[in-house]
Amino acid sequence: MRLTGSEIIMECLLREGVHVMFGYPGGAILPTYDAMAKYEDRLHHVLVRHEQGASHMADGYARATGEVGVCIATSGPGATNLVTGLATAMMDSSPIVAITGQVPIPAIGSDAFQETDVTGVTLPITKHNYLVTDVDELAYTMKEAFHIARTGRPGPVLVDVPKDIQNAVTEFIYPEGHLILPGYDPPAAANSHEIDAALRLIDQAERPIILAGHGIMMSGAMQEVRELAERAQIPVALTLLGKGALPEDHPLVIGMMGMHGEASSNLAIQEADLLIALGMRFDDRVTGNLKTYAVNARKIHIDIDRSELNKNVRADVGIAGDLKTVLKQLLPKLERKSHHDWIHQIRDWLEDSSERDILNYDTPGVLLTAQVINDIWRHTGGDAITVTDVGQHQMLEAQYYPHQRPSTLLTSGGLGTMGFGFPAAIGAKFGVPDEEIWAIVGDGGFQMTLCELATARQENVNVNIAIINNHFLGMVRQWQELFFEKRYQATPMVNPDFCKLADAYDIPNRRVTQRDEIEDAVAFARSINGPTLIEFVVEKEEMVYPMVPAGADLHDMKRRPKPGE
Amino acid sequence: MAQQPTVNKVTVVALVENEPGVLNRIASLFRRRAFNIDSLTVGRTHKPDISRMTIRVDAGPEYARKIANNLQKLVNVIDVRVIDNEPHIERDLALIKVRSDDAYSRNTLTEICDRYPARIVDVGPHVAIIEMVGTETFVEKFIDEVRPIGIIEMIRTGIVSMGRGTRIHDTSVTRRDLARAALQASAMRNGRIV
Ligand SMILES: Cc1ncc(C[n+]2csc(CCOP(=O)(O)OP(=O)(O)O)c2C)c(N)n1
Ligand SMILES: [Mg+2]
Repeated sequence: MRLTGSEIIMECLLREGVHVMFGYPGGAILPTYDAMAKYEDRLHHVLVRHEQGASHMADGYARATGEVGVCIATSGPGATNLVTGLATAMMDSSPIVAITGQVPIPAIGSDAFQETDVTGVTLPITKHNYLVTDVDELAYTMKEAFHIARTGRPGPVLVDVPKDIQNAVTEFIYPEGHLILPGYDPPAAANSHEIDAALRLIDQAERPIILAGHGIMMSGAMQEVRELAERAQIPVALTLLGKGALPEDHPLVIGMMGMHGEASSNLAIQEADLLIALGMRFDDRVTGNLKTYAVNARKIHIDIDRSELNKNVRADVGIAGDLKTVLKQLLPKLERKSHHDWIHQIRDWLEDSSERDILNYDTPGVLLTAQVINDIWRHTGGDAITVTDVGQHQMLEAQYYPHQRPSTLLTSGGLGTMGFGFPAAIGAKFGVPDEEIWAIVGDGGFQMTLCELATARQENVNVNIAIINNHFLGMVRQWQELFFEKRYQATPMVNPDFCKLADAYDIPNRRVTQRDEIEDAVAFARSINGPTLIEFVVEKEEMVYPMVPAGADLHDMKRRPKPGE
Repeated sequence: MAQQPTVNKVTVVALVENEPGVLNRIASLFRRRAFNIDSLTVGRTHKPDISRMTIRVDAGPEYARKIANNLQKLVNVIDVRVIDNEPHIERDLALIKVRSDDAYSRNTLTEICDRYPARIVDVGPHVAIIEMVGTETFVEKFIDEVRPIGIIEMIRTGIVSMGRGTRIHDTSVTRRDLARAALQASAMRNGRIV
């Protein structure tokens, strides 16, 4: 079959199981857009309003499905607009393939119109990238790109395709079978020595704790982690991206860890004598001061990325491998245990936390973000997929929307990218159309990518947008309140009328200012098959507690005072 | 002359695909992770598609392993090995332009070169160029001896290193070859010739 480079790209996408791509056209990618017409019935293109949106949509799609998300852009400014989304995906190990147009090969290096060295620009923020210089290499480059994006520690891969390559004609043959990449060989199993060493530490531990990360879901090791926890009676603390790895109502799950984690989780980590870190990378937002971090604990660290072992925290037993495979090796030899006193101790800490829970306070006349999120949880049966933006509302989501199933909280953790939430929610909906999707976004972050309202309208994407409007860049305001003597420099916002804005996009909307209006508004949003927007006007100066100040010891938390304290 | 043992220096050897941009990827990695590199050399191997890098690190083996683990993640890096305690051969080459405009300088130079594996490779009316090959420390020692005569210009290649006996994993085909082979194979299965 003789095809053009553009058609080869489409054929490759189909063979990789892609049904939808998010993109924006332009000169250097025009041949590929032209080829799309022929494939329209099998390969849907979603026209975004800004390429950043396309990259976040591909990311949201990937996070919701575990499959590779695809975005596409033209050369120069189109490609550079993808950068934030690629960096976001890189930090959170999200598999996406980005296809960019490039100026024709003879023009490369001449500062041609809309020429940017895109492979150069994206080098540090992609797992790998390619500049295709021969149409005969296009098919296997595409295949490699998908393979690298989805295997091992997943991540974004960019394929830069010059315009003349898109136009060139060649015989199309898709390489079958497995690719052999001599320099790419993600680890899989542990050796028996490593397994025995890990078992020995687990056996000796009196106060063990599992640190459950995103890798559990990417490896599909939910059941194995659960078995490990249950058989050896080990409490489980979750990272932000680890939420959903185990149902949060499981008696052994003690909640999120880190800067805005549960106090009980953080205290348990500091008191533990063994950390079992599974598919997490000891980010500074979860460790606080490394010098005082879990000093009494030995550490078992299992991660598919060998370079994560001993990066931030020294592991007594570090195993580079696929988590599910490694746990399957370990579980048959794992002894039953009980850690009565330890679990009891953590329960006491939990009790203290619930006394400080803002929901248990009497707060007449104000609408709190915590209340809004908890009520959305209640009125969605706790079963929606939530996609958050970044800020206070994100942390409060993590605290007040318990997740029972894997991959039901999609959030930018590593990069903390404002503007991620809304487009990622659109992408997620395309991946899992039968799920209920809520984009929970701040008034600040929403305004960074709100142009995608037009995309949601054009495609009639059934996402519910909950804007948490505190008229502030809330999280920054919180830092200013705590560390800069309430000098609110550049954080108060005069916002547009979000409901009028929704009207302009022909999107049904509501404004909520009282708690007793929440249930109705949620029901309204759920009743409409298409995008809806609800603006929740909340308390301006709410705080997220507990808080471990950046760089402080993990146990050194700022807590909300108890009533009467 | 006894060679001094090198203190606290570790070598990382990497086989990389000889493709455009690979050096850029490695340089970018070092910069991004703020890895401190003492010297880095790249050169051809007996396989035209594979280059070999020797990276000298002024730190302990744990640090070198960190670098190795990160290098290994690059798709174009075929294999990485930390040469720490294992027996190995290493060589550094220096070209040194020294003053040689009087009898004293010329005599001293000849005398020093006789005691080292060094050669005078070019002699002019005022200067001479010397080539010195040896381990890093040996080359340094030589330079120290020559220095009083008056060094005008100098370049060192940085060390190259090779483990003795045990061979570094050697891939004779590259990703590109394999991909082409796979393409060919599926073409043949489909009864087509590319
Ligand atoms: C693109 C980007 N710019 C700046 C920041 C820094 N930042 C983190 S949280 C935050 C405030 C977010 O405000 P808003 O979206 O209103 O959410 P809130 O905290 O009020 O819930 C800012 C500016 C960021 N994370 N991302
Ligand atoms: Mg806000």
